Amino acid sequence: MPCVQPGRFSLSQPVDSEGNKQRVVYLDNAETTRLDPAVLDLVEEFMIDKYGVPAGEFGYKLEEEAGEAIEQARETIARKINASPEEVIFTSGGTESSNIAILGAARSNYYKGKRLITSKIEHTSILRIVDKLTTQGFEKTQLDVDRQGFVDPSSLKANLENARLMSVQHANQEIGTLQDVAAIGEIARNSGVLFHCDAVQSFAKERIDVQTMKVDLLSMSSHLIHGPKGVGALYVRDGVKLEPILEGDGREKGLRPGTPNVAGIVGFAKAAELLTDEDALRMRRLRDELIGSLLAVPDSRLNGPKGDRRLCNNVNVSFRFVEGEAILMHLDLKGLVVNSGSACYSQKLEPSHVIRAIGGTLEESHSSTRLSLSKWTTKEDLVYATETVKQVVETLRAHSPLARRAYQRK
Amino acid sequence: MAMSETLAKKFGYSEKVMDHFKNPRNVGVMEDADVTSKVGSVACGDLIKLYLKFDPDRDQIKDIKFESYGCAANIATSSMMTEMVKGKTIEEARKVTFKDISETLGGLPRIKLHCAVLSRQGLETAFLKYEAKRGRVKMDEPFVNKILRGVLDPVQGVDIISAKILQGTKIEGNKITLDLKAKPDSELAESLTEDIHDAFEGLDVDLDLRFKE
Repeated sequence: MPCVQPGRFSLSQPVDSEGNKQRVVYLDNAETTRLDPAVLDLVEEFMIDKYGVPAGEFGYKLEEEAGEAIEQARETIARKINASPEEVIFTSGGTESSNIAILGAARSNYYKGKRLITSKIEHTSILRIVDKLTTQGFEKTQLDVDRQGFVDPSSLKANLENARLMSVQHANQEIGTLQDVAAIGEIARNSGVLFHCDAVQSFAKERIDVQTMKVDLLSMSSHLIHGPKGVGALYVRDGVKLEPILEGDGREKGLRPGTPNVAGIVGFAKAAELLTDEDALRMRRLRDELIGSLLAVPDSRLNGPKGDRRLCNNVNVSFRFVEGEAILMHLDLKGLVVNSGSACYSQKLEPSHVIRAIGGTLEESHSSTRLSLSKWTTKEDLVYATETVKQVVETLRAHSPLARRAYQRK
Repeated sequence: MAMSETLAKKFGYSEKVMDHFKNPRNVGVMEDADVTSKVGSVACGDLIKLYLKFDPDRDQIKDIKFESYGCAANIATSSMMTEMVKGKTIEEARKVTFKDISETLGGLPRIKLHCAVLSRQGLETAFLKYEAKRGRVKMDEPFVNKILRGVLDPVQGVDIISAKILQGTKIEGNKITLDLKAKPDSELAESLTEDIHDAFEGLDVDLDLRFKE
């Protein structure tokens, strides 16, 4: 049995110069999450005690255990999205899943056209895969989104000619917009275009049904739902042909060869099981409270939609007259960990492509501040977050020439 | 503080940068400034406004203050620059380079060096405006160009002369007509209008901006 000592999971608290423990509120769960202790137990079990890997038909006990565990995990993941287990393959994470899906579809299905369709607000990794393919004879079409980040499904119809695949995400990583995947899937299915959906942000948090959504390929990730890093899954609808991007043994239907990350896979499924509808509901309520209290800051603006069409754990607000990196540095000093779409915060000095695509000004993109909740986020955490954000925005505005001029005018 | 060390480290900020960011010196507005200068742009997320008061007999900087819209490096470099030049004559202050500012801060990450350049540029623009106000320099084309070097093309992040946005300059008395390459009423035109007017703030000029694509 794994040896789990009590207390080994407590977050080590940072200490300030006077030796006082500093409060840390982590609200960057769209970047990554802390592992669930119950998942760690299982991961440890499959690393220390049941460390085999599934082999051929006749294996030792160790190998059988591993094989069974993986198949069980496959069932769990499949159930979460209403797929059958044979349609789920395990990968090293969301990026690999999307690479297998898009590159794999591009290198197969030669009877289809050469156009790849995405929205303008896809995750950078998706946009890069597609960009890469444009150097190999493919054309790309990037669909506009509206002020809330929604793709107009009817805009797809105008771009179907010669299309091979469309890749439209379920939930946006920055502003939490939940696309009408079913409407997009309907159009794709009717026109014979493959439909890949990046569900890395929404998997296990929002309801996903690959049948009603008419998805052909769907990317999922473990580390955003309190599972281990370095593991994810790809749904490949029965009958969809993909060319593998890695060559090796025939594991995972030949699409993801190599020794499987057994402990990671088992941990991933456990994490998916442990994230419940009640968790999502609680996050949704807390999210709306946080949005309400942050919008009470003058000259603030919510990025992304309100209500049911917003990812349950995402909040993104822009504060006028102040710059995002400075906000983040101050918040960090106060133990509040969030994220920003600021150009100065990105190492490439480029402002958020998402805020720009929804028609936000450069000023709005520089100060866009994302706070993303986890199933463990409490009301107290959010009270602290709100107070801290208010304070920091006020401090920076006090020295901002833009704020002074605007408030003098009023 | 463990968390802050992580983020400061991520950016490669020195302790001195963090100190000036957390406790900026000479920050705020000066109501009775002799000259102001504003350089950078909102669009770039990097802008400072300087206020200076001079001892007119010695051309000495009696007081200097700054306001900032920008990142931690923007705040820290402006703060350090004001500390380094306060009390100096214009001639002495001109010897302070952007490298001096960066070095005194214990170095800046490469991608943040432009913040030191910007604060130094703000100072130079302020000196220029001071000299114009005292009638020592003529408000001719070279002068106008120097002022406009502080106005940035938000897309490329370089000044509007290098970015070839400025297409023509006409100066008649105190009337300055600028031809600018930007779609009228666009986000770019709006941002340029504001920045150019701010750049000339306090000078007795009549600006006419003409936008054409």
